[in-house]
Amino acid sequence: MIGPVFCLMLQTRLAEHSVANIFDPRATPAATEKNLALFTFSITGGIFIVVAALLIFAIVRYRSRIPNDLEEPAQVYGSGKIELAWTVIPILIVFVLTGVTGRVIASIEDSPQPSSATHITLVGRQWWWEVHYPDFGIVTANEIHVPVSRSAQDHPTFFTLQSADVIHSFWVPQLSGKTDLIPNRDNHIWIDPREPGIYLGNCAEYCGTQHANMMLRVIVHPAGEFEKWAVAERTSFVPAAQSNPGRAVFESLACVNCHTVRGSVAAGRFGPDLTHLMRRQTIGAGVVPLTPKNLRDWVADPQEVKPGCLMPSMNLSNTELTQVVSYLEALK
Amino acid sequence: MASVSSALVPPVIDPAQWKLPDRGIIGIACLIITESALFSIFVVGYIFYIGKSLNGPYPKDVLHFPVLGTIALLSSSVTIVIAERALEHGRRALFQLWWIVTILLGAFFLGSTAMEWHQLIVNEHLTISTNLFGTTFYSLVGLHASHVIVGLLFLLLVGAVTLFGFPIETQKRRVMFLSWYWHFVDVVWIIVFTVVYIVGR
Amino acid sequence: MGSTDYPLDRQDAHQDVHQAIRPYVHSDKLSFSDALYVIVTTVDHKKLGLMYIVASLIFLVIAGLMASVMRLQLAFPNGHVVSPATFNRLFTMHGTTMVFLVGMPLLAGFANYLIPLMIGARDMAFPRLNAFGFWIFLFGGFLLYFSYVGGGGLQGAGSAPDVGWFAYSPLTERAFSRGLSTDYWTLGVLCSGIGSLASALNVIATVASMRCPGMTLSRMPMFVWLMLVDSWLILIALPPLSAAQIMLMLDRYLGAHFFDTQNGGSAILWQHFFWIFGHPEVYILIFPAFGILSEVIPIFSRKPIFGRPAMVAAAVAIGFISLSVWAHHMFAVGLDSASNIFFAAATMMVGVPTGIKIFNWLATMYGGKLIFRTPMLFCIAFLFQFLIAGLTGIMLGVTPFDWQLHDSYFVVAHFHFTLVGGFVFAIFAGMYYWFPKASGRMLSETLGKWHFWLMTVGFNLTFIPLHFVGMMGMPRRIYTYPYGRGWELWNFVASVGVVLQLAAVAIFVWNILQSLGRSDSERSGDDPWNAWTLEWATHSPPPEYNFEKIPVVYSSRPLWDLKHPEDPDWEFE
Ligand code: HEA
Ligand code: HEA
Ligand code: HEC
Ligand code: CUA
Ligand SMILES: [Cu+2]
Repeated sequence: MIGPVFCLMLQTRLAEHSVANIFDPRATPAATEKNLALFTFSITGGIFIVVAALLIFAIVRYRSRIPNDLEEPAQVYGSGKIELAWTVIPILIVFVLTGVTGRVIASIEDSPQPSSATHITLVGRQWWWEVHYPDFGIVTANEIHVPVSRSAQDHPTFFTLQSADVIHSFWVPQLSGKTDLIPNRDNHIWIDPREPGIYLGNCAEYCGTQHANMMLRVIVHPAGEFEKWAVAERTSFVPAAQSNPGRAVFESLACVNCHTVRGSVAAGRFGPDLTHLMRRQTIGAGVVPLTPKNLRDWVADPQEVKPGCLMPSMNLSNTELTQVVSYLEALK
Repeated sequence: MASVSSALVPPVIDPAQWKLPDRGIIGIACLIITESALFSIFVVGYIFYIGKSLNGPYPKDVLHFPVLGTIALLSSSVTIVIAERALEHGRRALFQLWWIVTILLGAFFLGSTAMEWHQLIVNEHLTISTNLFGTTFYSLVGLHASHVIVGLLFLLLVGAVTLFGFPIETQKRRVMFLSWYWHFVDVVWIIVFTVVYIVGR
Repeated sequence: MGSTDYPLDRQDAHQDVHQAIRPYVHSDKLSFSDALYVIVTTVDHKKLGLMYIVASLIFLVIAGLMASVMRLQLAFPNGHVVSPATFNRLFTMHGTTMVFLVGMPLLAGFANYLIPLMIGARDMAFPRLNAFGFWIFLFGGFLLYFSYVGGGGLQGAGSAPDVGWFAYSPLTERAFSRGLSTDYWTLGVLCSGIGSLASALNVIATVASMRCPGMTLSRMPMFVWLMLVDSWLILIALPPLSAAQIMLMLDRYLGAHFFDTQNGGSAILWQHFFWIFGHPEVYILIFPAFGILSEVIPIFSRKPIFGRPAMVAAAVAIGFISLSVWAHHMFAVGLDSASNIFFAAATMMVGVPTGIKIFNWLATMYGGKLIFRTPMLFCIAFLFQFLIAGLTGIMLGVTPFDWQLHDSYFVVAHFHFTLVGGFVFAIFAGMYYWFPKASGRMLSETLGKWHFWLMTVGFNLTFIPLHFVGMMGMPRRIYTYPYGRGWELWNFVASVGVVLQLAAVAIFVWNILQSLGRSDSERSGDDPWNAWTLEWATHSPPPEYNFEKIPVVYSSRPLWDLKHPEDPDWEFE
């Protein structure tokens, strides 16, 4: 009992980074990318200033001042030397940029995996995220809990990215650039968030109707807290839910074909795992915050809340609805 | 230059000496280049999926060298050249003879492909939707076969024109373009053959 | 003197230069059915060119209105103007229309109209193929839009495709895309692609075999050169798309598994095929723009293009390099580090020849006498905007930076800077420049300036802020976004900019209509800009046969030679 409650309290305490600026990184990959970005900015910015200045100078200096001036200016056809200069200098710039780029690519993509790493298999689905922790036997959805990591060697989290249907893309700008989740293929990325907090991200590859509402939060726990969260998350559904009168109604409905509540007969895999539903902050991959009212609206008609999503309107009667929701609310 | 006040006389260009490539040649060459780009994507697709089928039948179990068809198609490239030569020398009957031989060889090739497909579909139960091998095999070979069909239709057209006694001598250039296209289809077959029956097995 | 071969004798030319207005008698008015007959049966390159241009302008307005609806939806967070599904159809149709039904036919239109005139020919090499190309393109366009009616198939109401303009698999497979809308997308684009292939083939054959005496390759106008390279690129780069689309149709109709991930097919094979086409495609779109700039800037700087051979070489180099950079659209699919480095290097390498072009245009302006008529204004805005676009392109080419920027609004900003700030601005320049040639009338300079300033301000207002939201984490292709992520202000500003763009385009359309419709609009004479290339040596509008007598040229600026007999260009060749 204590664990989950503690977690809930903890989450409300964590700072939420709602503006996911790529220039405000909190993990090594994003930070490296930011440094490279600044480097690129300064080079391209320099080129811009030089070329724009030349252009403005030409416009001011060489504009024709006399109307209907029929005198033609000196006809110049070209110059090999100048031509060579503005070929060679850009080539050198490109060499420098390529060199730096190559180093950064290798440092991110080919980074070794320390034994202290947490492993997550993230499966993209139309339009939500399934989060597996193979080392803990946990399955959850839409919110990824990871430990804070003081350095890339400390407690980084390594992801295996997969997809159950079409292509999605994992993007939490402050932690790392994006990598696609592709059916029939395993992709790998890692993060080492330096600061506890909640980081927002989105699915970044167009994946159908509700691509916009395939949002994602990464919850970074302070040192030591992640393990507590994991232990609590691993349990079956809580006793309060087991004895909830709504349980029978829920289990008599089609809900169980699509949803899992660990420990009960509900073992569907098509929708998000609901075992510890109430510990999440949002419903429907971030479309609305998880509040009793929103939960009721969702179960009453998900198509109103997230039009086009793959959970059908269940057309529950009012009493059924109340009972099912009270059961769901017990799934702490 | 500017100090010279009187007009300068430009070098003489004689329009009669102004020769440019024939537009038909350019046109057919461009067509062949585009078609090659199209085929290369299908070939890449085939190579990409070699050995990736999840289930059988697999190429090594069901594919046999289409020896006769290949010989027929390759020799048709020779016979069409002979026919062209004959036309060049104004020997109409000879031209007709070799032209018909070319058509027959092409048709034989198509027939052998049809037989092969029939055998694969009926006996081996390999269709385009069976596995990745079926998908890529029928697409690539089928794309080639459809080009053979188009080529054959044009060959037939020319054949009909000569047989019904219309003058073909004035159409030498078109016959030449057609024969280029036919050679192209032949070359593509060599590639398809290599990829499908040699590399792919 | 040796110049008697000219279509105009020297005296004539001199008069034309100084003649501001020459009354031009229009042929008798055609009845509607006659006009229709002419349109359907014509094989004349000028009529077809104009038909291409008019059709694509209509598509531009349609797709622009779609963009306006999208911007309306995105002006505020949690927008409710359209439903999610409708929004997805809007950006798919907007992108597809702009690329395949605006960009490609506009370039075909300019090429068809101008190339024979510029190289002193009476028509294209294959006039009937030309007509075929136009009609199949138009058919493709209709097919795409027919999806609004027929896209539901037998299952339900019509619906446009909603798979995005690059239609990634497996979203396009039967399992995820029911109904027929994706089929309309595929077939529509396939047809218009065949049209583009036909006109590319035609351009190559025309340039190769229809040049007038003396018009060697090195004397060819820059626009013709760029269209030549462009056509090669089309010929090589378009078939991969067609091939992939054929495969997609086999998947959808015969149960093949090319992109069917549930049966072992690969999801990224489509991406490779698409971008092997798609990347060259963006250069295919920008080459005509380069061509237009290379004609307009010299005329309004009163100097020949600086470094002609380098300009040609740069275009060829861009063409070649652009065939090997496609995977920079795929940096996020998890390629190994070696491929990522290769494609990053190749991508940035394109900046070198593109830089050469920019510097040569600049050098053309240096030491000239710049005349800021509307076409020149659009060219100058192009230079600024394309510079920004190119440099943001370099940022995208830096792989790790792209991991952040990919599929964000930064990319949307980048490519609208190239496509609108570049391509569309150049097309506007070309319209103002050649409109007098095609119609014999001038476009109003006052309206032109309004058009220019509204467009420039509106365009920048719309697309500069989109760079910022992209860097603040806003993904593209989202029909709405929540409040509180810092995106509100920039999105609102972007949407305001569209209002100015709408006004600008409306003024442009009005400018054309009033110039054509009013009997007292300003007549242009044959050569209103005091230009140097062959198209200005004939009448405006040019007669059916273009030139009374096939001209003979001695340099890359035949009309300069004619106007400056004491200092002709051929002296330096
Ligand atoms: C006309 C169209 C056009 C043009 C010309 C370009 C030009 C370039 N583009 Fe762009 N691009 C698009 C249209 C275009 N692009 C479109 C439509 C997309 C998105 C498709 C989609 O996803 O829907 C896209 C996407 C796109 C991406 C993928 C982004 C992503 O999805 O993650 C990348 C990545 O590398 C890229 C790079 C470039 C580069 C390097 C150039 C270069 O050619 C730019 C070269 C120019 C310069 C560099 C400036 C001038 C040079 C100098 C002043 C010399 C000195 C400079 C240096 C030494 C660097 N583009
Ligand atoms: C040539 C190409 C081109 C052009 C010119 C434009 C022009 C514009 N585009 Fe777009 N755009 C693309 C190519 C282009 N675009 C592509 C390829 C995509 C990607 C699609 C995808 O993701 O699949 C895209 C996507 C795209 C998006 C992103 C959608 C998303 O990811 O969710 C947005 C959003 O702002 C946008 C906006 C605009 C705007 C405001 C204009 C404006 O500049 C338009 C200005 C024009 C007008 C405003 C029309 C004027 C009309 C009139 C004046 C009517 C006059 C009246 C009568 C005569 C009746 N475009
Ligand atoms: C056809 C399958 C299906 C059925 C039946 C179904 N669901 Fe769902 N459910 C889903 C899917 C898919 C989602 C994820 C939707 C999304 O986010 O896009 C979902 C999401 C949810 C969520 C939000 C979970 C989260 O973490 O965001 C709740 C709560 C829920 N369903 C409850 C129910 C209840 C209660 C029933 C029965 C009355 C039910 N579902 C029946 C498929 C189904
Ligand atoms: Cu998942 Cu977009
Ligand atoms: Cu590209």
